[in-house]
Amino acid sequence: MFEFIVNYYNYWMYIGLMMIGFYAMMAKRNLVKKIIGMNIFQSAIIFFYISTSVKKGGATVPILEYAHGHATHGIEHGANAIDVMQYANPLPHVLMLTAIVVMVATLGVALAVVILIYRRYGTLEEDEIMKLVRRG
Amino acid sequence: MTAQIPVFIVVIPLLCSFLTPLVGLWRKDLCYYWSVLALSLCSLASIDTLFAVIQGGPIHYRMGGWAPPFGIEYVIDHLNAMMLVVVSAISLIVAIYSKRSVEQELPDRAVYFYTIFLLQVTGFVGIVITGDLFNLYVFLEVASLAGYALVAVGEDGAPLATFRYIVMGTIGACFYLLGVGYIYVSTGSLNMADVYQILPDLYHSKVVLTAVAFLLAGLAVKMALFPVHVWLPDAYTKAPSAASALIAPLMTKISLYVMIRVLFTVFKPALFIDLLPVADIMVWAGVIAILGGATMALAQTDLKRMLCYIVVAEVGYIVGGVGLANATAIKGAILHILNDAVMTVGLFTVAGIVAYKTGRHDLSDCKDLFRKMPFTMAAFVVGALSIIGVPPTCGFFSKWYLIHGAVIAQHWAFLVALLLSSLVSVVLFFRIIEIGYVFQASHGEHANGAEHTAIDEAPLSMLVPTIAIAVAIILIGLYNQTILSNIIDFAVPKL
Repeated sequence: MFEFIVNYYNYWMYIGLMMIGFYAMMAKRNLVKKIIGMNIFQSAIIFFYISTSVKKGGATVPILEYAHGHATHGIEHGANAIDVMQYANPLPHVLMLTAIVVMVATLGVALAVVILIYRRYGTLEEDEIMKLVRRG
Repeated sequence: MTAQIPVFIVVIPLLCSFLTPLVGLWRKDLCYYWSVLALSLCSLASIDTLFAVIQGGPIHYRMGGWAPPFGIEYVIDHLNAMMLVVVSAISLIVAIYSKRSVEQELPDRAVYFYTIFLLQVTGFVGIVITGDLFNLYVFLEVASLAGYALVAVGEDGAPLATFRYIVMGTIGACFYLLGVGYIYVSTGSLNMADVYQILPDLYHSKVVLTAVAFLLAGLAVKMALFPVHVWLPDAYTKAPSAASALIAPLMTKISLYVMIRVLFTVFKPALFIDLLPVADIMVWAGVIAILGGATMALAQTDLKRMLCYIVVAEVGYIVGGVGLANATAIKGAILHILNDAVMTVGLFTVAGIVAYKTGRHDLSDCKDLFRKMPFTMAAFVVGALSIIGVPPTCGFFSKWYLIHGAVIAQHWAFLVALLLSSLVSVVLFFRIIEIGYVFQASHGEHANGAEHTAIDEAPLSMLVPTIAIAVAIILIGLYNQTILSNIIDFAVPKL
């Protein structure tokens, strides 16, 4: 059991972060805190994707100096073919760049909406806003 | 050139959306005509694609010429060809309809309204057309973000409703993204057709089962399935009339489309019918959604809010229909996606006209409407009859297939829920029709009968689209066999 936790610590951390974010979104009364929770929640998913691409044992960024068919004079054919174990999977990183853009856009829209709410009610505490709404 | 038509469906609204502010700099009133033009071209491209699919089978479009599974692929089969036509045609009709309503509700913000309107449509068609799981997530967020912006500019209280929508919508999208991540981890692919080939060997992997759970939970939030529907009524009630007429019929239907796509073309139907109890859960979720939505609709005194709860109930029809997992019920569910989109947009356009004329949308504002606006109310009655399920309107036929499917599956609870909700719809709409016939007799002078309220019909730019939708409801009903045999029969998977 201990091994299970230690060997997969990155996934445990992602689950932990995700639950913190989820809790903040559900339970916090302040709207800005809810947004912060939302951001933690989204970041946790980004951590999850990134940690799936990691390979242990010194795998690095896949920058290929001599890719197939280029500048292979003097070197045996196929000697520069990619050895997948040497390189971290780049696709999750690329996907997460897109997800970060989405996250920033969501954050921007959410903050803009919070500004609208503040201008209308003069507070960001959900229970106080609900009181004002009920009073009409 | 003709091979490029599928990509135009997405590219036209996207580019035109970014050009709208420039058009607005030159002449503000041109933005309306500009977006109508863009959406007309988009609709033409979709209709052309639909006929191409009917004649020649599914179309595969490779973005930038990259072969799948490495590149992003657009796949248009019978199901999403139909959805593309539904989405682009309804957005065109709502765009035509929106002119006067936007002038009244958002007088100095029309330029930005149409920018986001086109972006919203881009998101919708993108979700429908793509054959890539991650690309779908991106378009889902494009559609959601545009939706948040459109809802937030609505009447008093709209920002608060939007905030809840953002929080719930983000949770839904994140769950979907996690599900995609789990699928990617276990298969190494994001292309739907490729995943479909790889997955069956992995069906007993816990990672794949978790992916199913995450995907369905995320989509359930996005489609407003009953217990997680709470964001929907507030958001769509407070949105501007034109925005709610666009988003309310389409967003939920598109999420339902994604659910069907994920269950049938990413996973094999055998997974969720035989291996997992997903189908049973879906039928019961459908039953709860139908009963919950119908009950809540009865309690409303606001016209738009009542329609929102009807949307919630209709989501239950389709989820339950897919969950019944026999060919008849799935046929009914897919037909109901088409029908419900058309019926809901019809009712929301009428609610928009009521809001345009009276400034409010309470049920009590419907007084005397049959005399003031006979044509609008005729369209409303057609939409109402279709929701109730009276032939020859289209709502009858999909409900018929759903009921037939429930009988085949011998799922009596779903059958009872369907019939009960039809009864509730009768009560709901006849209540409005009764209010509509209450003539406001001023101070008891009605006895002499000389007093007549003048006809005060909606402006033509609002009335014509509304009537067109009512005609479409009847035409889809009359030609439902043509639609079924040419399109939907191909979309139903072999079980």
